Amino acid sequence: MSPSSPAEKSDITLEGRSLTKIYHTGTVDVHALRGVDIQLYEGELVVLLGPSGSGKSTLLNILGGLDTPSSGQVHFRELETTAGDESILTRYRRDHVGFVFQFYNLTPSLTARENVALVTEIAVDPMDPAEALSMVGLGERIDHFPAQLSGGEQQRIAIARAIAKRPDILLCDEPTGALDSHTGILVLEAIERVNKELGTTTAVITHNTVIGNMADRVLHFGDGQVVDSKRNTRRQPARELSW
Amino acid sequence: MRALNLKLIRNLWKLGGQVLAIAVVIASGVAVLVMSLSALQALQDTAAAYYERQRFADVFTNVKRAPRRLVERISAIPGVRSVEVRIKQVATLSIEGFEEPVIGQLVSIPEQGEPRLNRLVLRSGRLVALGHPDEVVLSEPFAEAHGLQPGDQLKALMNGNQRTLTVVGIALSPEFIYAIGPGALIPDDLRFGVMWMGDEALAAAYDLDGAFNDLSLGLLHGTNPELVIEHIDRLLERYGSSGAIARKDQISNWFLMNEIEQLKTMSTILPTIFLAVAAFLSNMVLSRLIATDRSEIGLMKAFGYSNWQVAWHYTKQVMAMTSVGILLGWLLGAWLGRVNTEIYADLFRFPLLIFRPDAGVFALGAIVSLIAALPGSLGSVRRAAALPPAEAMRPPAPPMFRKTGLSRSRVAHWLDQPTRIILRQIFRSPLRALLTSFGIALSVAVMVMALQWIDSIEKIVQVYFYDAQRQNMMVGLVETQSDTTLEAFRRMPGVLAVEAMRFVSANLSAGNRSHRGSIEGISSSPELQRVYDASGAVLEVPADGLILSTKLADKLGVGIGESVWVEVLEDQRPVRKLPVVALFETYMGMPAYMNIDAFNRMMGQRPSLEAVNLLVDKSQLSRLYQRLKSIPKVSSVVLNDTMGETLMIYISFFAAFAGALGFGVVYNSTRMPSRNGDVNLPR
Repeated sequence: MSPSSPAEKSDITLEGRSLTKIYHTGTVDVHALRGVDIQLYEGELVVLLGPSGSGKSTLLNILGGLDTPSSGQVHFRELETTAGDESILTRYRRDHVGFVFQFYNLTPSLTARENVALVTEIAVDPMDPAEALSMVGLGERIDHFPAQLSGGEQQRIAIARAIAKRPDILLCDEPTGALDSHTGILVLEAIERVNKELGTTTAVITHNTVIGNMADRVLHFGDGQVVDSKRNTRRQPARELSW
Repeated sequence: MRALNLKLIRNLWKLGGQVLAIAVVIASGVAVLVMSLSALQALQDTAAAYYERQRFADVFTNVKRAPRRLVERISAIPGVRSVEVRIKQVATLSIEGFEEPVIGQLVSIPEQGEPRLNRLVLRSGRLVALGHPDEVVLSEPFAEAHGLQPGDQLKALMNGNQRTLTVVGIALSPEFIYAIGPGALIPDDLRFGVMWMGDEALAAAYDLDGAFNDLSLGLLHGTNPELVIEHIDRLLERYGSSGAIARKDQISNWFLMNEIEQLKTMSTILPTIFLAVAAFLSNMVLSRLIATDRSEIGLMKAFGYSNWQVAWHYTKQVMAMTSVGILLGWLLGAWLGRVNTEIYADLFRFPLLIFRPDAGVFALGAIVSLIAALPGSLGSVRRAAALPPAEAMRPPAPPMFRKTGLSRSRVAHWLDQPTRIILRQIFRSPLRALLTSFGIALSVAVMVMALQWIDSIEKIVQVYFYDAQRQNMMVGLVETQSDTTLEAFRRMPGVLAVEAMRFVSANLSAGNRSHRGSIEGISSSPELQRVYDASGAVLEVPADGLILSTKLADKLGVGIGESVWVEVLEDQRPVRKLPVVALFETYMGMPAYMNIDAFNRMMGQRPSLEAVNLLVDKSQLSRLYQRLKSIPKVSSVVLNDTMGETLMIYISFFAAFAGALGFGVVYNSTRMPSRNGDVNLPR
């Protein structure tokens, strides 16, 4: 998995090199990332495991262009997203990255379809919102407002919203964190399906080790660093998971 | 519809109350502006149209007596378009059921055809007919004040003869929008009225066959009236002319324009302050409202919306909110503008009303509101957009609070926790707290500013009519009389004190500055008509020299000890250089006083007077009135407060709007979650 291998490098979709992030909050400096190197390969599903406060979310935000590192670089294919200005990051987020947040972050004043449309309207080659919602099993609830849907359904809308633009990378930040296990599995199934059917490179953050079983690779995160990396010989289907 | 626009509309709907509160603030500013400017414009347009339609003259003058054949020569003066010669006289009237003497201003009109200038608007009945010398047309306000209608009769003492006149019509005239009796200060429709009578009838009554004593001129467009006035004055000097005046100095027009001018001051200063306050408040409220949208902005950016797209989205939101206010302000302003115009048109008795507000007024209100609302709001958008989306979407880190001296002091023991929250919020963002207080202060200030007008006027009335003047009646004499008249007044029933008074129109000049006004002659230590300084001091009247109001002294650029050239515009037209001997402060006008004896010397006359100030015993009024009715050529003045009432209407609009402003700010301050995401303080 050395980044120097040319054969593998061509398959790398997203790469972070020597990423550090220091937050200055009030009188304290928090070192969220302490020199992280990470590669995500074309079409793979990676799970980042780690306790809360270990810096997983910070890493995901930096990889997805939602935040900038204090030092280090992020490469999306040939593009160095950390080198350009604001407009490069904006275009990167718009054209290549789909995000799923722990607390769904749906717009309450818009229906399921409209929430998805909020993203497809500015995308280059999006799916129809209805199609994206069908992919996550919500074809029937397309005209419901978030308040009329369960937590799991809301998170699946968030997934539909993230994938409707046909992103190259899907980044999920604790997608099941606010859900019970049954609902969580429904959500993971949706992510699994997107990864398989669309071939979207996917990274899922969680502190739930069971979820690691559905990944191609599992990265263990601790204290702002990747402390361990493991490749699964077999990806366990999401519906077989339980916790 | 695009999802973002749907979000916009639904968000506005959800914000409901806050949108409305902001709209109320903006609407107040816009409405005040539209109301004031549209009413002002409507009044100006209406007055101009009225003047135009009734051919209100451009130049006026009167003479003792001049032959009608002069008309030809007057017509030949360059710039003169039309000439109207008339007879104007004053008669004392007795009206059944009204005890006090009434002064009638008689004005001649042709018995056949319409006058060339100053045409009447007939409201009922007809004009006078040839061969019926006792027919009169009454001015509407006068007729209404006494309930007179066509067919009614009244008695008039004309040139020493008691006549019974028959009312045949009721009319309005652009010449008497303000009908003010000789020596009076304000219109009094009960005691002074204008009556139109046939030319021949009036000439016969006053022995003016083939002659006239009043002249009006219509000028060609673009003619300078001053040049015509010079011509006219030269031509009529030998006929006892008191000097021609342009329309701007004609008394009714002067009062009307003065009133419009006052309205103009109120219509520009007040709405400007008001709009500025509304602008500040909407800016403040909107920028705070949008600051609470921080995580929404972060989310939009996370999706790949550019800063420009985010800014445009919020621009639309602010414009939509502002537009609600603008629209509301337009409707309200136009409606109130019309109501206001109608009130004034009613006061002035305009027979027509032109209300066509200029689109520019509406546009101005809208532009100012948008300019005020956008920068503050977009500043908030910019601040939120400048954050990386991840940070914007996170709840902000707990803000830094610190213990102040207060928390360490003994007082802190007595503070409960909610009070601590309040105090620390204030100490943490003092600027924010200050701005909120400032916003509320501004709306209170606007309210106070509007309401203080009432007190100001009351104060002026108090000082001018009660503190300064001790007389409770002033009798104006139509012609200058010898001071033996004073004795006659002193002997009248109920009269406790009398004081002679003189006035003459004059040009006052110093260097290249000049002022056309009048000089009043008063006795050396007046008991009734006193020279009263605004500070409360009563000035002695020195034997010689002028006492000027400070405003007039400023206008002429003179101080005590300096000299002023006085050019009297009546009788022998003496020109004198007089020293300024004292100055006093007054709230109204630009009066100039001098000792009545010096006045007489200046005029080259024996002791004379144009008016008598009286202090009368009110229980004897009835008998006094009886006597006054039998004396020719007097006018009495009683003060009323109609002017204050119209102002009240205007002011109450302002007060209501100021209340709306305050509501908008307070409502939004309490409804809005603070930027730190703290719980709102107990409501």
